[in-house]
Amino acid sequence: MKRGDNLLFEGLEWFLGPGDALVLNGPNGSGKSSLLRVIAGLLRPTAGIVKWGDAAVHKAEGYRDAMHYLGHFSAVKPVLTVSENVRFWSDLNGGVEIETALDSFGLKDIQDSPGRLLSSGQKRRVALANLVAVPRKVWLLDEASTGLDGQSVQALLSAINLHRDKGGLLVAATHGELDLGDAKEITLGGGTL
Amino acid sequence: MKAWWAVVRRDLTISGRRLSDAVAVVMFFVLAVVLFPLGVGPELEILQRIAPGIIWVAALLAAMLSLDQIFQSDADDGSLDLLVLAPIPLETIVLAKCCAHWMVTGLPLILAAPILGFLLNLPAIGHVVMLITLVVATPTISLVGSVGAALTVGARRGGVLVALLILPLLTPILIMSVSAVDLALVGLNYVPLVLLLLALFLVSVVLCPLASAAALRLAVE
Repeated sequence: MKRGDNLLFEGLEWFLGPGDALVLNGPNGSGKSSLLRVIAGLLRPTAGIVKWGDAAVHKAEGYRDAMHYLGHFSAVKPVLTVSENVRFWSDLNGGVEIETALDSFGLKDIQDSPGRLLSSGQKRRVALANLVAVPRKVWLLDEASTGLDGQSVQALLSAINLHRDKGGLLVAATHGELDLGDAKEITLGGGTL
Repeated sequence: MKAWWAVVRRDLTISGRRLSDAVAVVMFFVLAVVLFPLGVGPELEILQRIAPGIIWVAALLAAMLSLDQIFQSDADDGSLDLLVLAPIPLETIVLAKCCAHWMVTGLPLILAAPILGFLLNLPAIGHVVMLITLVVATPTISLVGSVGAALTVGARRGGVLVALLILPLLTPILIMSVSAVDLALVGLNYVPLVLLLLALFLVSVVLCPLASAAALRLAVE
């Protein structure tokens, strides 16, 4: 995978089945986010292929219905309230469990606050609530625990465990804040900027 | 369909809570038109002669003010990534956003136009045809504008760039709309021009979402 003339990583190969988790390690700029965007289908790899079933992810039928991508930004609209934010993404993606989702990340108390009043950790929790609101097989998390307090990290871990128990897949870029036990690991090399 | 409405409703709610943006567009439209009698002088005949052109040019420029916002705020807060990855096609999301954009900017312009026509001494038939052209052609402005907005996502001073990209493409609309009103004022048949405007609208409904969606996919790479 290249960004500009900069070779980020090459020679990666992995397979994930139901309940599997993959953790991406590596220093800043090593390409964790780029790899996640490749897996999400937002970015085309310079060479190689990421497959869902038999087809490449950007073409695979049903992949978008099966995948959650959570990037650096939390996609929280400043003028909408917390519950409106969660409800929009859940309406768009065909979700049902808004109440559970708000509950599981402790957002009940602030569900009527507008997005502009939230701290970055609270915005992160809103984004995480979107994962729970729409049940999907694959979670792609890009440093999902950034800005979260200890309690919310625990909530995230238990949400992840529940997700994996149901047969869900997880790919997470992290700096080690999330202890996922038996997860496979890929360590990306240093960025050569 | 539920997802489609969710996008329209979200954009309308956001605009509703940021009313100043929409009001600024209409105020610009009104002020730009009101300045002309002050600059040109109060001769009613001259004003009547140039009224269709002034109103249409002002409407076009006013619409430019709001175009760069269609996708930029979504790109800034990461919503765009999720919209691109949403299970419904990106083209339909673009169409929903254009629809909401038109309701927030096109519709108020249409509502304000009769008052301005009155100020410029536009005769009754002129009012009617002016309204028809605005109703038929302002959606096209939103649609073509969305392509410019999508192409300039992430660009600095995107607003100016959008205007530079889009205004040349919209000149046929300006010419046909103003001509239609002029024809009506001298009692000639204006219907063919309105039908041409309608055709342009139908073509852009089909093509513009495709182009915008392609540009947005490039923008998130």
